[in-house]
Formats: sequence, structure tokens, C-alpha cells
Amino acid sequence: MTVAERGGVATARNRRKGSPSDKRLDSRQGRQQGSSTTTGPLNWLVVPALVIFLVFAVLPLAGVLLLSFTNWDGIGSITFAGVANWLRAFGDPTMYHALWLTFLIMALTWIIQTPISLLLGTFTAGTQKYRALLAVLYFLPLLLSSAAIAIAYKALLDPNFGLAAGLHMPFLAQDWLGQPQLALGVVIFVVSWQFIPFHTLIYQGGVRQIPKSLYEAASIDGAGRVQQFFFITVPQLKYTIITSSTLMVVGAVTYFDMIFVITGGGPGNATRNLALDMYLTGFKANQMGQASVTAVILVVLGLSIALWLQRLGGKDKNGSQLEGM
Amino acid sequence: MKPNPTTRRSFLTLAGLAPLAVWGLAACGTSGPGGSTGGAGSASMWSLTGAPGETIRKTSIDGFNKANPDNQVKLTFFQNDAFKTKIKTAIGAGEAPTMIYGWGGGGLKAYAQAEQVLDLTDWLAENPKVKDRLFPSAFGAATVDDKIYAMPNETVAPIIFFYNKELFDKAGAQPPKTWDELLALAKTFNDLGIAPISLAGQSRWTSMMWLEFMFDRLGGPEVFNDVFAAKENAWSAPAAIEALTKVQELVAANGFIKGFSSITADSNADQALLYTGKAAMMLHGAWTYGSMKNDGDGFVQDGKLGWFDFPAFEGGKGDLTNTVGNPGQYMSISAKASAEDQATAKKYFAEGMLDDAEVTAWIASGAVPIVTGIEDQLAATDDKDFLTYVYNTAKNAANFQQSWDQALSPTAAEALLNNIDQLFTKSITAEQFAKNMNATLGQ
Repeated sequence: MTVAERGGVATARNRRKGSPSDKRLDSRQGRQQGSSTTTGPLNWLVVPALVIFLVFAVLPLAGVLLLSFTNWDGIGSITFAGVANWLRAFGDPTMYHALWLTFLIMALTWIIQTPISLLLGTFTAGTQKYRALLAVLYFLPLLLSSAAIAIAYKALLDPNFGLAAGLHMPFLAQDWLGQPQLALGVVIFVVSWQFIPFHTLIYQGGVRQIPKSLYEAASIDGAGRVQQFFFITVPQLKYTIITSSTLMVVGAVTYFDMIFVITGGGPGNATRNLALDMYLTGFKANQMGQASVTAVILVVLGLSIALWLQRLGGKDKNGSQLEGM
Repeated sequence: MKPNPTTRRSFLTLAGLAPLAVWGLAACGTSGPGGSTGGAGSASMWSLTGAPGETIRKTSIDGFNKANPDNQVKLTFFQNDAFKTKIKTAIGAGEAPTMIYGWGGGGLKAYAQAEQVLDLTDWLAENPKVKDRLFPSAFGAATVDDKIYAMPNETVAPIIFFYNKELFDKAGAQPPKTWDELLALAKTFNDLGIAPISLAGQSRWTSMMWLEFMFDRLGGPEVFNDVFAAKENAWSAPAAIEALTKVQELVAANGFIKGFSSITADSNADQALLYTGKAAMMLHGAWTYGSMKNDGDGFVQDGKLGWFDFPAFEGGKGDLTNTVGNPGQYMSISAKASAEDQATAKKYFAEGMLDDAEVTAWIASGAVPIVTGIEDQLAATDDKDFLTYVYNTAKNAANFQQSWDQALSPTAAEALLNNIDQLFTKSITAEQFAKNMNATLGQ
């Protein structure tokens, strides 16, 4: 099993480097060999991807950076504004509040989603029939679009005609979207509800990759289920956790659509995070220059967090966790 | 605000990568029918999807195209929110359609200042027949610096104070004539366990309608005109502070239904509160009449829906015939279009728009087109009481204040809605509101 797996990895690497015929099983050798034989014509294959990346990612990014130094209402002429937009952004309490909210939502959604997805993923990784059935039910939110989820929750949370009236449970008739704390809670709940299935899926795949022999060895040594979970499952899932967390955290920086539909940033500014602030400033208030400042901050924030999380994985993150197996 | 109950729905057409959204949309969203493509004497028009406007506009254009083989209008429909983003981008990129649909006010002012739309003042002066058949009040929001930049069209939708007659009978109450009577009614209904006033506070523009009326009743149109003219500290005028304070008193007296900040107008939940007998009164656009008739299970048909003029304030300066809302919808001509295309557009304005067939179609849909002299046609409908009330309100209004969020620039409107939200939840005081809004004057 393990030999075949490594062979697979090596083959994939060799293909990427352009020597598909080489089917050597040792991955290290494959790596060395690949780096020394890059042939000419194949370099051209990278051009379409590079062009798309430049035109749709790098150029717009440069454009946003330029726009952040201008005043533009989206219709009239663009005028140079110097650093005025940046000064205003850094002197604006709404901006700091939006930044704080972004981190708060990031932290809270991570804290809620990770343990639940990890447990659900481990649970649904089992091969029993009832688990497969439950897994299908858990994954249902994945099939819905953010806007649909937001509209549905908005209707459910209506104090007069929503869940409270439908289920005859008066305690559900709170001012859900009218109280700052409650509204933030609603946002975090709905985000978690929407994305836990996705991360469960990632963890399910991760758990299924853990060799059975590890568990067999552990149970021979007398480890119980809880110990197996903490000493085998969780450590073996290290990279899965990093991947899932990166998606959660970077995703949290850009949560926008669902919040926009469900609260519109309200009440007041209670749920106006950075991404939403950017949209409202740019497309509702027509201040493209000011919105570009927010956009640049978002990009820098998202990239630094993603980079930091990748570092967490260690330099040797492409190495196998199954060395010696 | 538009005379269509579904238009505020916030379906997103963009999700994508948020950091790139600002530039990406501005740079890439320019495809679509160009302004001056096609043969001589053809014009393009973008209009909104949704009943009944979509069908009425299509029928009108088809009729015009058939009658004028040399002047063809090409019509494209967009969903409301998508349209708002797209038209802005198209105009910015110089690729606007010949005829630009809009809501007048601040949005039109931005187009006019960027010299993107044609000045129609002289053309209308030369064609008095085109102008004089429409409500004079409809031209206010089409005028920037004394020049008319848009042709009013479609329907008028003032804001109406609705009430549930059945609940008023139960409470032995009469429609309030003064603000004090309204405050007294709040207590009466609360004592009966009925919410006095339904309000979809989450949508914010719903709360704004209260302030629009209160500013006018207390201080007359001048108060908001000063804001519109960006006079210094216009939001802290005595009448403005009084209105802001009084609305918070109504909130404190539980005048609005409990949890109103969680109620949204998108789902028409505020209307449902009125027709299911959970709330006694509601201040809302005239367009809600149609949806309450549809959804209310006979509420309107059985005569349980009543309406009255917004109450007066003791010592208030505003004329009691003054009203607020949407004086009409607007159609401008792109300054970038060719002369032939512009001529076609003018021809459509003069002959096609709001012709007899279109007027009849709007009335049949339960709305009041902005045309004078249609009393008899309105009186022949099932909804004659309501339509005649709307017609007379619009026709007799000494001042027809356009909705503030349409009248102000988008920047100021966004700040306004945000501050109204905080005012109604009592997160800020009247003075703080005035201070925050004074900072946006002239933006």
C-alpha cells in the first residue's frame, strides 16, 4: 500500500516536470531528476495561466492601488487625491470598527466551526450505513447559495411571522437583527451553519486517509477511543487542520454576500465588516477611491494571514506524515 | 423607492473575490448594448424587469416601433439592483444606452454634472403639449439648477398613512388628526395588546418616510430644501431637531411594533402585520395597496383598509396638502448618443411614452400614471376610492417631496440611512444625528 502510494506521488511530480515516462518509485529521486530537465517548449504552456493571472489578478490589484489615491464617483472624471483617502481611512472610527469586526468574526467562526467540523468529519468517516445517511443530511447546506440561505434566515428570524410563530416558541421572538450583539451572533451562526458541512467534508477525507494500522497498534497498546482521537486522529490531521483553517480564516476576511443580504451591515454599523464596508462605500455611497483603500487593506490582510498560516505548517510541509510506515 | 414591492430585494449579482470587486466590476462590467450603434434613427433603452412595468414598457415600445419604421427603439431589461450597478458603470465608460432610466434627484444630478445627460428644458418649452399633460410636481426631481434633465414617466407613488378599520372600530378610535392624537392612540392600542404602528425598520428607508413627513409638517419644505442646497448646519435647524426628538418619543412610547428593527420590507412582513390585525397603522408607499390586495385574503376587498393624511403638529409650518414619496420615474437622454438617436428618443418621449394605451395599462395594474385629466378613468376602476385619493394627493400637493435617499447624493443617502437606523434604535440622540448628517452636507 505505502509503496504504491509513494509511486503515485512520484508519478504526479514527474508529470508536472515534464517526464511522464519516468515511473521511478522513489520520490526523492524523482524530484532531483525533474529539476534538472526542464525542456523549452513546455515553458510556453504556462503562458495562458500567467496571462489570465496578470490580467485578472495583478492588473486589477495595481488598479485598486492607483484608485485608492484618487477621488472617483464611478461616473465623472477621476481626480488625484494624494493620500487624503488613506488619512481619512486611518482617522475613521468606522474603519477600525470594521477591522475589529472582521477579526472578531474570523476568530469566533473559527472557534465554532473547527471543533464541530473535526468531530463531524471523524464521525462521518466511519463506514457504517447510518453514518453515511447522516453525512448526506449534514451536507445539505452545501447545496444552497449564500443569498438563498440569508433570505431564508431573514424570514425565519422575523419576530412576528418567523420560527417563533411557526413553532409556537415565544422565546425565539427576539429582536434578532435589531440588537447589535444578537445581529452579530446571527451572522456568526449562519456563517458557521453554512460552512461547517464543507469543512466536515475536508476532515472526513483527511480521517479516511489515516492508515488503519495506526489505530490497530494504538488499541493493542491499550488506547481508548478518546485517546485515539487526540493522539492519532488530531496529529495526523495536522495539515488538514491547517488547510481548513486557512480557508475559514481567509474566507472570513471576505464574508460579504450573506451579511449584506441578512443585515446590510446593521443595526447601525454592528455587522459592517471590512468587505461589506468596501462594497457599501464603493457601490452605495459611490466613493470608489475610499473603497479602494479598504480593498487594499483587505488584500494585504488576507495575504498576510494566509502566509502566516502556511508558515505554521513548517517549512517541510510537503513532506509525508507517514515516513517510516 | 419604486412602485413595486419586490424591488428592494437584495439579490446579489456579484460575489466573487471581494478585494477585486471594486476594480473588477468597474473595469469589466461594460458589455451591453452600446449607445450609438445601429443604423440612423435607432435608440436603445434599458428598463427594469418585474410586473407590471416590464410588460407595459414592452407593449409601448413595440407599438412605437410598429408605428415608426424609421425610428426603432431597442429595449433591454435588467433586474433592479443589477441595473443600478450596470447603468453607473456604463455611463462611466461612455457606453450608456440612449435612454437612461432613473429616479431623478441626486443620481440625476451626478449625471448632469458629469454632462452625461441631455438638457431637455428648451425641447420641453418648444413642446408644451408634452409637458403640460403631466403632473407639475413630477418635474421637481427632474430639475437640476433650474434645467430639466429627465422626462418624468410611469406612475406617482406618494407615501400613505394606512390603517386597519376593524381594529380602529374595536378600539373605538378615529384616525388621528394631530401628532398628540397619534401618541394617544399608541397608548390605546398598546393597552389592547395590539401594536400601534407596523414598521419594517430593518429596511431603514421605511423609517426615513416618517422623518420626511415630520420635517415637512413641522418646518415646511424649506427644512429639507436647505439640506438639499447644502446650507451649513441644515440638519440642526430647530424644526429638524424637533422632528428627530419627537420620532424618538414615539419610539419610547412603543408606538412602533416591538422588534421593528428585525422586520424587513423585502418580505412584505410589515404589510402582513397590518392586514393580519397585529398592527393598527402603517406608513408606507402607495404601491403596497396592490400587494395587500393580493396577499391580504380579502382585507382590501372587504373595505377593512383605510387611509388618512399624515397628522399635523401644533404650531407646525408645513402645508397639510404637502406629501412625500416618488413623484414619478425618470428617463434621460444620453449626451453621448448620436443626434439621430437623440431625435428618436425625443420622438418616443413625445408620442410613445404614456400614450392612451399605456395610461390605461397602468391604471389597470392599480397604479396612478403621472398624467392629469384621468379622473374618469380612475373612477371606473374597482379601486376608485384609493386611486382617486392618490391622484388627488399628487395633484393637489403644494409640495411633493421626493424620497430623501433618491434626492440626496448616493454618499449622503448612505450616511442618512445608517444614521436613521441608529436614531430609531436610540443608539444616537437627535443632536448626534444632526451632527453626523451636517458632516455629509455638500457631499
